[in-house]
Amino acid sequence: MNDFLTAAVGWILVMLALGLVSILRGPGDTDRMMAAQLIGTGGIAALLLLGTVTGVPAAADVALTLALLATFASIAFVKKGLSSLEADGTEPAEDK
Amino acid sequence: MSVATIFEIVLAAVVLGLGIWTTAVRETYSATVGFVAYGLLVALIWVRLDAVDVALTEAAIGGGLGGVLLLGAAARLRNVEPMATEVPGRLTRASAATLSVLIAAALAGAVLLLPSSVSTLAPIVVAHAWATGLTNPVTNVLMAFRAMDTMLEKVVLLLAIVGVWSLAPDSVWGGHPGPRHRADPYGVLVFLARLLPPVGIVVGVYILWTSADHPGGAFQGGAILASMWLLAIMAGLTDTPPVSSRRLRFILVAGPGLFLVVGLGGLWLGAAFLAYPPAQAKPLILGIEIAMILTIAITLGLLLAGAPERSAKR
Amino acid sequence: MSLLGDIITIAAVSAGAFFFLAGTVGLLRFPDTLTRLHALTKADNLGLGLVVVGLLPQTGSLRDGLKLISIWLLVLLAGASVSQLIARTARQGETTR
Repeated sequence: MNDFLTAAVGWILVMLALGLVSILRGPGDTDRMMAAQLIGTGGIAALLLLGTVTGVPAAADVALTLALLATFASIAFVKKGLSSLEADGTEPAEDK
Repeated sequence: MSVATIFEIVLAAVVLGLGIWTTAVRETYSATVGFVAYGLLVALIWVRLDAVDVALTEAAIGGGLGGVLLLGAAARLRNVEPMATEVPGRLTRASAATLSVLIAAALAGAVLLLPSSVSTLAPIVVAHAWATGLTNPVTNVLMAFRAMDTMLEKVVLLLAIVGVWSLAPDSVWGGHPGPRHRADPYGVLVFLARLLPPVGIVVGVYILWTSADHPGGAFQGGAILASMWLLAIMAGLTDTPPVSSRRLRFILVAGPGLFLVVGLGGLWLGAAFLAYPPAQAKPLILGIEIAMILTIAITLGLLLAGAPERSAKR
Repeated sequence: MSLLGDIITIAAVSAGAFFFLAGTVGLLRFPDTLTRLHALTKADNLGLGLVVVGLLPQTGSLRDGLKLISIWLLVLLAGASVSQLIARTARQGETTR
């Protein structure tokens, strides 16, 4: 069971790495915004599995923190990235 | 090779690759995204090393707040980037490369030459948990055995805020930091900013409360609270407070202030500065942590909001 | 009972890992930002949900199980909202270029 779960964590990490390669090579800023989302979801899955494997139940707390902070970082990326599509540093357009 | 070893190699490879990419990429925005991703992945490593308190701090500060701070700086630099025509010369770059390689080699050597059995204070810390009634050894060290360091760290945060505020131009002295954000009140961002902060506040307080016996702490909880406050500000639901506000300044000094008062009380009524009588240790520590989490949340939020840009008089 | 729990764990975590694979393949192969965003959020959120279901038999208490489920619900909420925002940014970028 532990070996299987450890292999699952490794698998998710490899998927994370491949996803990152695709995102970071993408042509525009909008592709980069997805990176925090990807790391958030994949990282949480890996943390929950890791917590069960190593017998550290507090890993779920780290996953909870990661969920909130990755969301916050994604929104900050969207807000700050929005200005790069404007002409210059004027007030960003309304988010709908 | 066992499955666990292969997993560790994969994790290390991913983190290293991401670090190299972050250093090598040209655009600042991409590098900031890479830095945030790197911070979130290093939290995984900390959990693997069984240092969950550090993992919480890495995820909160390194991943979330630190990355957004860099993003703000990168956004300010965006207008300046085309004007930077001065490229470092060959000698500068060669010296920088040599210095970096030397430091990396020294670090690698230090890690490889670590002695196999180290004399550590950890068993003594665990044995003295009776002095505070808390069972998390990290909290015991931070709030009781080395409480002086924690108190001085909070004073350093205060000095950082003073430094950031000193960058305000004279005309907006004491005003609101950052621009006034606006968003469609019926849109997705406002929806999220209304729904997430209550959850975030519960999680932040929970992380503080559970630090008595499980990994957690006031700093991590404060970082979560700060990010929820900044989320509400970014959605335009609330504005940054004017930095001349007396209530704001009171909260900023409340944490280190209470710490100092308890410390002096220990000096006057007890054995030494910051000595807690074992019977009252837990309530004292809890009181200090509550004041500290508010201070840390407000401080981190203000640090990310920046120097005042708009006048307080409207 | 614990054998049944182990079977559920292996089945659900394997299915979750498969969905993570599907999401990553979509991320690598889809042509533009909007379709890749779709692959990322939908497949990964479902993958995470299956992993959470798989870990439920392994938790010790009801409280830990509820914590896992609420983490998944939080990720669903945040993922849906943030992908809407990213998609609008991508759409605005297309129209201004």
